[in-house]
Amino acid sequence: MTRSIYDDETLEALRDQVRRFVEAEVVPHVEAWEAAGAVPREVLRKMGELGFLGIRYPERFGGSNLSTLATVAFVEELSRSTCAGFNVTVLVHTDMASPHLANFGSPEQLERWLPDVIAGKTITAVAVTEPGGGSDVAALRTKAEKRGNGWRLNGSKTFITNGALGDLYFVAARTDPDEKPSRGISMFIVEKGTPGFTVARKLDKMGWRASDTAELSFQDVDLPADALLGEAGRGFYAIMKNFQNERIVLGAMAVGESQKALDITLDYVRQRQAFGGPLWDKQAVRQKLAGLQAEVAAARQLVWHAAWLDSQGQDAVKEVSMVKALCGELVNRVMYACQQFHGGYGYMREYPIERMVRDARIQSIGGGATEVMLEEVAKRM
Amino acid sequence: MKVLVAVKRVIDAYVKVRVKSDGSGVETQNVKMSMNPFCEIAVEEAVRLKEAGVATEIVAVSCGPQQSQETIRTALAMGADRGILVQSDEALEPLAIAKILKAVVDKEQPELVLLGKQAVDNDFGQTGQMLSALLGWSQATYASKIQKADGELTVTREIDGGLETIKVKLPAIVTADLRLNEPRYASLPNIMKAKKKPIDTMSPADLGVDAAPRLSVVKVTEPPARQAGVKVGSVAELVDKLKNEAKVI
Repeated sequence: MTRSIYDDETLEALRDQVRRFVEAEVVPHVEAWEAAGAVPREVLRKMGELGFLGIRYPERFGGSNLSTLATVAFVEELSRSTCAGFNVTVLVHTDMASPHLANFGSPEQLERWLPDVIAGKTITAVAVTEPGGGSDVAALRTKAEKRGNGWRLNGSKTFITNGALGDLYFVAARTDPDEKPSRGISMFIVEKGTPGFTVARKLDKMGWRASDTAELSFQDVDLPADALLGEAGRGFYAIMKNFQNERIVLGAMAVGESQKALDITLDYVRQRQAFGGPLWDKQAVRQKLAGLQAEVAAARQLVWHAAWLDSQGQDAVKEVSMVKALCGELVNRVMYACQQFHGGYGYMREYPIERMVRDARIQSIGGGATEVMLEEVAKRM
Repeated sequence: MKVLVAVKRVIDAYVKVRVKSDGSGVETQNVKMSMNPFCEIAVEEAVRLKEAGVATEIVAVSCGPQQSQETIRTALAMGADRGILVQSDEALEPLAIAKILKAVVDKEQPELVLLGKQAVDNDFGQTGQMLSALLGWSQATYASKIQKADGELTVTREIDGGLETIKVKLPAIVTADLRLNEPRYASLPNIMKAKKKPIDTMSPADLGVDAAPRLSVVKVTEPPARQAGVKVGSVAELVDKLKNEAKVI
C-alpha cells in the first residue's frame, strides 16, 4: 500500500533495498571516505551489481528501464547517508554524466561503454564548467579542431566531480568558433589515459569531502572520429537537456538530506534534557521543526511533480528550475535549524549534522545557482 | 527438495515503536513495515540451498493482511519461486499460524520448512515448534548452520553457552538464528522479475483452519524508562550495592 500517487510497489521495494544498503554499506564508512577524499570504487561496483546504477537504462545493457520517478525514489533514499559527498559521487555517475552517453550515444558507443557504466566498473564524469564560467555554458572556451578523421582537443575544465575517480569523461568543447554557442559546441568521449589529458589537481572543498573534485587539462589531445558524442554542433542542447535531469536529482537529493536531518534532529531533541525536560517540550523548538517539516514535504511534492512531468515527456523547465531554486535554499535553512537545535554538539565533527551543514552549502550554487534558476522561472512567468 | 519458507510482515526493525494511547497495542498506522529480519535469514538460506543445487523449488508463505503480499514479493525478489498469501485481517497467534502452515504443508508437500526463530514484533518464538508438533516432523531450532546429507540434515544450533550439532530426519522444520547467514539485497532487476512470479491467495477458512485467537491482550505499556546510573566510590561499595540493593549476588 503506497502513500503517494507517484509511488508503486516497485519503487517501494527499491527504496527498501537502497535504505538497507545505505545503512549497512555506507553509513559505517563515511568518516573514512571523508578523510580519504574519495569513495572506494568497490562500493560503486556493488551498487552496479544490485542494478542501482542503471535504473532508467535499457534492459539489454543491464538496466531496468524505469522512469524518472524511480530515479527520485532512489535519490531520496541514497541521500539519507548523511554524506552528500558519497551521494554526489554516485549521482554524477548515474544522472549527470552517463545520461550524455545513454541519450546521445551511437549504437556502437552504447554497446562499447554502457554495460560497464551500469555495472559500476566504468565511472563517468562530465566536463562542462571551465575556470572562466560555470552556469554560463555558452561562454566555454575549450576547443576541438578537426584533424584528419578525428579531433584535437585543447582547454581546461574545473569543478569536475569524479574528476580523479573517473574512467570516462564527457567533455564539452567548441567545434565551430564562428558559429553562435548554441550551434558551435559539441560533446566528446575522452578516456582516462588519453595522451595530453591530465588531472591537473584535486580541489580542496568546504563540504562534499568524500567526493573528488578536480581540474582537468587537455593539451593537444588527439581523439578518434568516434569520440564525438551525438551530432557535431548539438552539444549545447545536449547539456541543456541533461541539466533538467540533473536538477531534478539535485532537488531530490536536497529533499532526502533535509528529511534525514529532521529525523536525526527529532531523535536528538526528544532525548536531550534541558531546563527540566526534553528540548522537544519547548514550543520554540518543535514549532520550528514542524514548520520545516511542512516545507520539506511541500518541496518534495514539487520534486515528484517535476519528475512526473519529465517521465511523461512533457516540458518541465519551469518546474525543474523552481525545484532547483527552492530545494537548494531550503536544505540550507533546514540544516541551519537542525544544527542550532543540536547546540554545541552540532558544531562538533563527531555529529553527522556538522558535516550535513557543510555539505548543504553547495546545493544553492552547484548545478545552476539559485539566481540563475529564478531567471529561468521568471522568463516563463 | 522443495522448501517452504514462512515470512512475516512486521513493523520495520529500525522504527521506534510507540504504544497506543489506550494501551490496546502498538501504533501500526502509517508505520513502515518490512519482512521480519529472521524470516529474511530463512529466505536467504533457502535461496542458498537452491543455488547449491540442494533445493529445487522455494515457496514463500505469509499469513496476514493483504499487504503481506509485499513481504512475499520481497522473498520473490530475493530468489523464491512463488508465493502463497493466507489472507486474514485478524491478529494471528502462533498456534493459528502453525495450523495454517500445516494445512499449506499438507497441500504443498515440501521436505523442509524454514522459518525465522521468532518475529521481532511479539517475540513469541513458538510457531516453528508448534508446526513441528502438529506435523509430527523433526525440528531443529535456532540454526546457525545447515547441511544436507542423504535424507537428513546436520544442523548446528545456538544454545546457551555454546553450539550444539544435531541430525534431523527429513522432512523437517528448521528455524533460523541470527548467525545462519547474512541476507542478500534484492537487486533492482530481480525486483522487476519478482513482479511476474505468481502469488496464490487463500483464506484460513479455505484451508479449513479455525484461526480465532486463544489469547486476549489485557494491556500494552511502554517498558519503564532507564534510570540514571550512579558512580560508586570503591569496590566494597559496589559489592555492597550489588548484594543489598540490586540483590544480584
